[in-house]
Amino acid sequence: MADIIRKKQKGTDKVWFYTSTVKDHFINPKNIVLDDKIVEDMHPNGEGEVGSPACGDVMKFWIRVENGKIKKCLWKTFGCASAIASTSMLSVMVTENGGMTLEEAQKISPKEIMDRLGGLPPVKVHCSVLGDQALRQAIKDYKSKQQNKNVPLT
Amino acid sequence: MKTIYLDNAATTRMDPVVLKSMLPYFTEEYGNPGSMHHMGLKARKDIAYAREKVASILNCSPKEIIFTGSGTESDNMAIFGYVRKNKEKGNHIITTPIEHHAIMDSYKRLEKEGFEVTILDVDREGFVNLEQLKSKITDKTILVSIIYANNEIGTIQDIPEISKICKEKRVTFHTDACQAAGYLDIDVKNLGVDMMTLNGSKIYGPKGVGILFKRRGIKIEPIVYGGGQEYNLRSGTENVANIIGFTKALEEVEKHREVETKKVTKLRDKLIDAFLKLPDTRLNGDRIKRLPNNVNISFLNIEGESVILMLNELGICVSTGSACTSADLEPSHVIVSLDLPHEVGHSSIRFSLGKFNTEEEIDYVIEVLPPIIKKLRQMSPLKYTMEEAEAKGRTPPEEVGDHH
Repeated sequence: MADIIRKKQKGTDKVWFYTSTVKDHFINPKNIVLDDKIVEDMHPNGEGEVGSPACGDVMKFWIRVENGKIKKCLWKTFGCASAIASTSMLSVMVTENGGMTLEEAQKISPKEIMDRLGGLPPVKVHCSVLGDQALRQAIKDYKSKQQNKNVPLT
Repeated sequence: MKTIYLDNAATTRMDPVVLKSMLPYFTEEYGNPGSMHHMGLKARKDIAYAREKVASILNCSPKEIIFTGSGTESDNMAIFGYVRKNKEKGNHIITTPIEHHAIMDSYKRLEKEGFEVTILDVDREGFVNLEQLKSKITDKTILVSIIYANNEIGTIQDIPEISKICKEKRVTFHTDACQAAGYLDIDVKNLGVDMMTLNGSKIYGPKGVGILFKRRGIKIEPIVYGGGQEYNLRSGTENVANIIGFTKALEEVEKHREVETKKVTKLRDKLIDAFLKLPDTRLNGDRIKRLPNNVNISFLNIEGESVILMLNELGICVSTGSACTSADLEPSHVIVSLDLPHEVGHSSIRFSLGKFNTEEEIDYVIEVLPPIIKKLRQMSPLKYTMEEAEAKGRTPPEEVGDHH
């Protein structure tokens, strides 16, 4: 029986408050892939995917790294409004001002994303983690691809 | 922006005639039914009249009606009240995996207190396995509680048949009928139940009021102690306005039950037919034995909360079984119990209709929803088909990456 019992969260009257920034990014997500063709056109050199459909969230992230900086990124999600808004914000943060270095991008914390969004309901903090995990996977993928390139073919 | 309210299973708009019936009790007839003076007497008489009215609708004696503070309280009273009074007869209690939390969490609590709990299986449509019910009842079983019509997927159980089984096995049977009132037969003699819960907020009545029908001869212990109101079973000054309002609401929905059922069923079917034309959608719950006001559809590969918020931007109020709207991030226990993969639960949307909905509203929803679904599917990396999802059945979550 234990598996069907919900763990109730205290203070649920604050659960459903979304800031207007969250709402904007949810309604009009930035760098979202609506047509898979734009992924090809971007020529991504790193990609990452995290989550699971059974858990209710899957995130896919593509990056285009040039001269050590993230010049472009794209993403897709099966996720809730918080996941959409925070990943949209993340995609803006890593590409603004000429793009972040990989080191900077790897250091982005969910808290920084949330601060830019003006906060998320406490129960939804979990959803904002997904985007930056997918980004890290993409960076990892980029690095391992670069390494493989440098290994001479014998 | 105009509101299109399609969340009537959560709560309903109050019928103006109900409001009107309640108003005098706030400022004029405010007496305490327990008082000796004429103000008390008037309140007492009005409650007695309300009790008779409710009893006549349920086809029972007024002595079998207990007014409570909510459907949840009635459920708790039935479960805790009954087992505490009858625990010497046995320690085994039975329920289903698709109950409202008021029942589910009460059973969970009793399990902690040492009661043995059996949760019956339901099939993909949400019907309880009655053969299993028969086989699970032992001489230690004292109580069975099964929801009449499910609040999420609308599936209607065969209550008279379940009553028959329980009667033959001499086990007390309670049903939560909160969603059934207004659409289904709530005559307790026809249903054969021993206890039944109803509440006000689902029938265009006030929130914060319910009743427990408790058949004569069924003994329960109070769960609230004090002044001894409601046959010593539910202490606390009677909420006269709410009791009057509940009674008026029940009277109204019973009076118009046939007409409203026809009207709402037509709107329901229009929504279902339109949504099932979209690819990779699934109707959750039975198509036929289903509440006239319930539409529960899974739009595969998208997450329910996103749909809700997009519809909310257009003034449309619906709900979802998705994990992302629950505090614990678990998908609806009802949909999870249907032997379908979690993905189907995460993408389920419930539209629950009511008597104030119009055909224009339904047409509007049919017009605006498909583009929302299309956009969210374009955004989604998942490309499951409904055939794949259904073939998969219930599966434990698989993890990719280090998420969670």
